[in-house]
Amino acid sequence: MIALKLAFRNLLGAGLRTWLNVTVLSFAFVVIIFYNGMLNGWDRQGKRDTQAWEVGQGQLWHPTYDKYDVFSIQDAHGLMETREKQLAVEGKLTPILIAQGTAYPEGRMQGVLLKGIDPEQKILKIPSHLLKQTATAADDATATDGATEVDVHYAIDVHHAIIGKRMAKSLKVGEGDQMLIRWRDKNGTFDALEVKIVAVFKSDVPSIDNGQMYLSLQTLQQMMDMPGEATILVSGTEEINGNLGNWVFKDLDFLFTELDEIILSKRAGSMIMQSTLLLIALLAIFDTQILSIFRRQKEIGTYIALGMTRAQVVGIFTVEGGAHSILAALVGAVYGIPLFMWLAAKGITFGVDDMGITMAETIFPYYSLGLIAFTTLFVIAAATIVSYIPARRISKMNPTDALRGKVN
Amino acid sequence: MEQKSIISITNLTKEFPVGKGHFTALDKVNIEFGVGEFAGLVGPSGSGKTTLLNIIGSLDTPTTGDAIVMGQSISKLSHKQSALLRNHHIGFIFQTFNLLPVYTVYENVEFALLLQNMSSGERHKAVMEALEWVGLTDKEKSKPSMLSGGESQRVAIARAMVKKPQIVLADEPTANLDSKNSHHILQTMKKLNEELKVTFIFATHDEKVMMYLNRVVNLADGRIVSDERVMNHVKAQ
Repeated sequence: MIALKLAFRNLLGAGLRTWLNVTVLSFAFVVIIFYNGMLNGWDRQGKRDTQAWEVGQGQLWHPTYDKYDVFSIQDAHGLMETREKQLAVEGKLTPILIAQGTAYPEGRMQGVLLKGIDPEQKILKIPSHLLKQTATAADDATATDGATEVDVHYAIDVHHAIIGKRMAKSLKVGEGDQMLIRWRDKNGTFDALEVKIVAVFKSDVPSIDNGQMYLSLQTLQQMMDMPGEATILVSGTEEINGNLGNWVFKDLDFLFTELDEIILSKRAGSMIMQSTLLLIALLAIFDTQILSIFRRQKEIGTYIALGMTRAQVVGIFTVEGGAHSILAALVGAVYGIPLFMWLAAKGITFGVDDMGITMAETIFPYYSLGLIAFTTLFVIAAATIVSYIPARRISKMNPTDALRGKVN
Repeated sequence: MEQKSIISITNLTKEFPVGKGHFTALDKVNIEFGVGEFAGLVGPSGSGKTTLLNIIGSLDTPTTGDAIVMGQSISKLSHKQSALLRNHHIGFIFQTFNLLPVYTVYENVEFALLLQNMSSGERHKAVMEALEWVGLTDKEKSKPSMLSGGESQRVAIARAMVKKPQIVLADEPTANLDSKNSHHILQTMKKLNEELKVTFIFATHDEKVMMYLNRVVNLADGRIVSDERVMNHVKAQ
């Protein structure tokens, strides 16, 4: 307690030197919390968006399906059994059929992943309801007269499709554009039909957008000659947490692996900058300590003459150096808290909308109590250690030399 | 009055390494000081006055021989034990005052008591009493930078006396003071010596100090060349 009191008194007595160190260290505090808060915000938003747009509460994969192996797609499809169908009817899961195809926008040729999704599904945010097609609404429809809504089939010449904004940019098409798509069905037979882009949706999850085109599930099943089949089943409930028949359950931890790894790599990258900044601040404290011990030899001698042990004097100087970090935390709080609150409310807009990873255009940083507490304790511990190293010299000082200011 | 021995030095030698050899600062010194003495170690620079004072104050240790202070052998004390001895029984007064610049007069005087775990009430009473001895109660909130040399040395005396030590060691206490302030300081110390029976030992070559001493120990080249009890020229007022 005495050491803390003396340390703060000495620190404040040192004036400008103290405040320069404190300012640099407070900046390190704020930057570390800011960066980690931003990454936390990205992580939270990314996972929330990925859940909403792609993975739901987990996915059930066909045993041969491999997200990263395009060659697995051809055989990765299977029939939904009664139980899966019942769960789909109850809205607890939604099937998606995946197939490879080629799109020909304005005569150009581009590979495309065709995804069949149930227009009635409510589990994912993909606007699949726009794929509902009525005979009267369909362009150049030849469906039965008077039908208000029909399943999409070959009676309709132009089928509805939706794509994401990244895919639209890649295909150089927009809402209302038509193009030919071509595919091989399960028997290897080539076929083609005309699709119309009825909507271009905007999503922060590029993995449901890049290179992908959404059709009605039934349309794709008919196109592929795979009635009642799917490649994956997206769960909308936590009740499904294990394999269903042949379908292999993939939990959120597995499905978030990619995002977790990206954020981890970003966190590691930002650590370099944070460490550099912290190092500069700690170096300033280290230098101050060295200078302080050199300049205050008489004071050190006086402390000892007044009855302090060398260890107690080392303690005073260590606490004094470490107390820089406590002052820095207070100074950082003065400008950091309003800044963080403003950023958490307004978010940070990056301007680029496609970085190939799940990332919202505007990220709202998330500052947890744990983050702030950990950063504060870490910086205090680092500053204290850095202060202790030069302060150890005091324990080797001869008090009579110190009193005369003659320690080299 | 000065019968009981409080400091006993036997065959004390102190050597300092200089290059490949050594310099003998004190050479087989034998001396005793009694309770309530007002004694001075006198001699030219390099005669060993300050070294002897430092060893008595347990700031340094003898190379050979021993110094027994308050019944404790200085050579055998651990860092912690010598710190305790200084904190409870020995007061120091330095030529350059050595006040802690960021503390007020009150806090400088209070410092030694903080290490003794006294309650704040007891500390306040003791500090105010010490400031009263030296006539500085009106300066308790001043910083050392606002004080004159004489006032600074009076604060140093208050700091040395506040814990009511048995021994006060003063190293050239008047060297940085003018004549008027020197006499004022010496009067104060003499008064405390007579009233509180505190043993004062000075290292000095100031004639003004010698006027107040009861005993003058002359040192030259690390040896005691004379040890005289003298009549007080000046009485405490």
